[in-house]
Amino acid sequence: MEARVGETFRKRLLVFYIPLFLFLVALLFPFYWMLVTSIKPDFELYNARNAPFFVWHPTLSHWWQLFQNTLFTRWAWNTLCIATASTAVSLFAGVLAGYALSRLIFPGATSFGIIIFITYLVPPTLLFIPLASVIAELHLLDSPWALILTYPTFLIPFSAWLLMGYFKTIPRELEECARIDGATRLQAMIKIVLPLGMPGILSAGIFSFTLSWNEFLYALVFISSPQQKTIPVGVVSELMKGDVFYWGALMAGALFGSIPIAFVYSFFVEHYVSGMTGAVKG
Amino acid sequence: MKALPKSTVTARSSGTLVSAEASAPYRLSWLASISAWLENEAVLGYMLMTPALLLILIFIAYPFSLGVWLSLTDKLVSQPAHFIGLRNFTHLFESQIFWTTVWNTVFFTFSATVLKAVLGMWLAVLLNRKIRFARFIRATVLLPFIVPTVLSGLAWVWMFDATFSVFNWGLRWLWQSTEWLFNADFGYFRGPRWLGDPAWAMFSIILVNTWRGIPFFAISFLAGLQTVPAELYDAGDIDGATGWQKFWHITVPLIKPIAVVVIVFSFVVTFADFQVVYVLTRGGPHNSTHLLATLAYQLGMGSGNLGEGAAVALFMFPFLALVILWQLLYLRKESSQ
Repeated sequence: MEARVGETFRKRLLVFYIPLFLFLVALLFPFYWMLVTSIKPDFELYNARNAPFFVWHPTLSHWWQLFQNTLFTRWAWNTLCIATASTAVSLFAGVLAGYALSRLIFPGATSFGIIIFITYLVPPTLLFIPLASVIAELHLLDSPWALILTYPTFLIPFSAWLLMGYFKTIPRELEECARIDGATRLQAMIKIVLPLGMPGILSAGIFSFTLSWNEFLYALVFISSPQQKTIPVGVVSELMKGDVFYWGALMAGALFGSIPIAFVYSFFVEHYVSGMTGAVKG
Repeated sequence: MKALPKSTVTARSSGTLVSAEASAPYRLSWLASISAWLENEAVLGYMLMTPALLLILIFIAYPFSLGVWLSLTDKLVSQPAHFIGLRNFTHLFESQIFWTTVWNTVFFTFSATVLKAVLGMWLAVLLNRKIRFARFIRATVLLPFIVPTVLSGLAWVWMFDATFSVFNWGLRWLWQSTEWLFNADFGYFRGPRWLGDPAWAMFSIILVNTWRGIPFFAISFLAGLQTVPAELYDAGDIDGATGWQKFWHITVPLIKPIAVVVIVFSFVVTFADFQVVYVLTRGGPHNSTHLLATLAYQLGMGSGNLGEGAAVALFMFPFLALVILWQLLYLRKESSQ
C-alpha cells in the first residue's frame, strides 16, 4: 500500500512511524540488553544508580569467563551436531512421507495424512514423562541419540505437512514425461520432483534446524551430564547454579547461544518465512 | 516392517544400476523384479511412509499409551509400578495447587493468545505498507521467534530484576521526574517485584510469551494481507469507507482462513508452554504461576512421582483433542467449499 492520498506527514507519523518504532524497540530491546549486560563490569552491573542502558567501562571479562571457565564451546558443538543430525533424519523421513502423501494413491493414505496432522499438534510437553521411560528402555539416556531420534517427532509432521503442499504445486506431467522416457517411479521422484522441490526442502530444513537448536524440554529431561548438554539447557542449568547469578556471564551465554542461529537464519530469511507461512496454510 | 527401509536403499541404487550397463545379468533380473515391484503405487507408498510412521509409532504412539498407563499407577522413579486406578486424578482434583494451575493455564493461554493476535495483526498492517528497508525490518522482527526461548527468557529475568534492572530503574526515573515536576516528595519508590509477587509474575510470563509470539502472528498475517487484492481497498475508497471500515469489512473477512489456523496453532503451543515459566518463575512464587506442563515436570521430574506427573500432563489431552478435532472438521469444510 503506497503512501495514501491526503495523508499528512503528522498523521503518518502518528499511525505509522511511531507505532512501528515502538514495536521494533520492544521486540529488539532484550537482545540489546544481553549485549550491554555481557560487556558491563560488575561494579556497573550491580549499581542501582547508573543509567542501565549504557556501558561506561566496557569489558570482555564475562565473554572470556564464558569461553574459558564453562563448557560453553562443548555445548555449542553438541547443539550443532544434534540439530544437524535430527534435521537430516526429519528431512529424509519428511520428504519421503510428503511425496507419498501428495503423489501416490494407496489404501490408507488419507488416514496417514490425518495421523501426520494430529502429531503436528501434539506438544512435547504432553509426552515427555513416558518418553523418558522409553528412552531409558532403549539405553539412550544421556546420549545425543536420545535427542537426535526424538526431535524428529515434532519435525517430521511439520516437514511432511509443508512438503505435501509444496510437491502438489509441481506439475504431475513432468513426472509422467520422465516415466514415458523409461524412468521408474523412484527415479522420477529423485530426479524430477526432488530437485524442483528444493526450495520447499530448504524451507523445511532451515525451520527444523532452528527448532532443534531451540529445543529445551527433551534436552533438559533426557540429558544429565554437563558434558552432553545443549546450549539452552547448559546455560540455564549450569550457569544458574546457587543463589548468586553471574549475570554478565549468563547474558554472554544467552548472546552467544543466539548469535549462531540468528546468523544461519539471516542467510535463509525468505526460506524461513515461506516455511513458516507455508506450514500455516497447509 | 523393519526390513523395509533397507530395501528402499537397495531399490534406489538399483535404479541407477538398471539404467547403467548391467555387467551381471543375474543381478539385473532380481533388481529388475524389485524395481518392478516398486512400480506398484501401494508398495512404494507404504515404503516411503515407513520411516516417518516408525518414528511416530516408537516415540509418540507408544509413549502416549505408556503415559496413560503411568497415570493409572503409583510409579516412582526406579520403583515398580502398581495399578491404582484413578487415584492420581482424584488426588489431583482435591489439591489446591492443581486447580490454581488449571486456572493459570486457561488464563495464560487466553490472554497471551488474544494479545498476540491483536498486536500481531497491528504489526502486520504496519509492515504491509511500502517502506524502505522492508525486507530488513521483516527479518529483524522475527528475531524473538528465532532465538532460543530460554535464552531470551534469561534476558527478561534480568530485565525484571527489581533492584538493578531496567524496568524498575525506568519507573523510578518517572517517579522522581514527577516529584521534581510537582516539587513534592512522594517517598521512596521501590517498584513491583516482577517475578516475586504472584500477580506480577503472572503478568510477566504473559508478557514474555506475547513478546516471543508476536512475530509469528505478524509474519503469518502479513502473508495473508499480501493476498488481499488492492482493488478492493480502492473500491472501499470510492464508497467513502474509513480506514477502520476497510479493515473490518475487507481485510478481516479475507484473511480469516489463515487467521483461524494461526490462532489455533498458537493456542496449542501456548497452552502447552513450558520454557517461559521454567526460566522466569519455575512456577513460583509459592506455586502460583504453574502451567500444566511445569507442574507435570515438577511432580514427575522434580519429586520423581512419575504417575502423578503423567496424570497432570495427560490432563492437557482432552483440550488438545477438542482443538485437533475441530481443526480437522474445519479444514475438511474449507477444502470441500
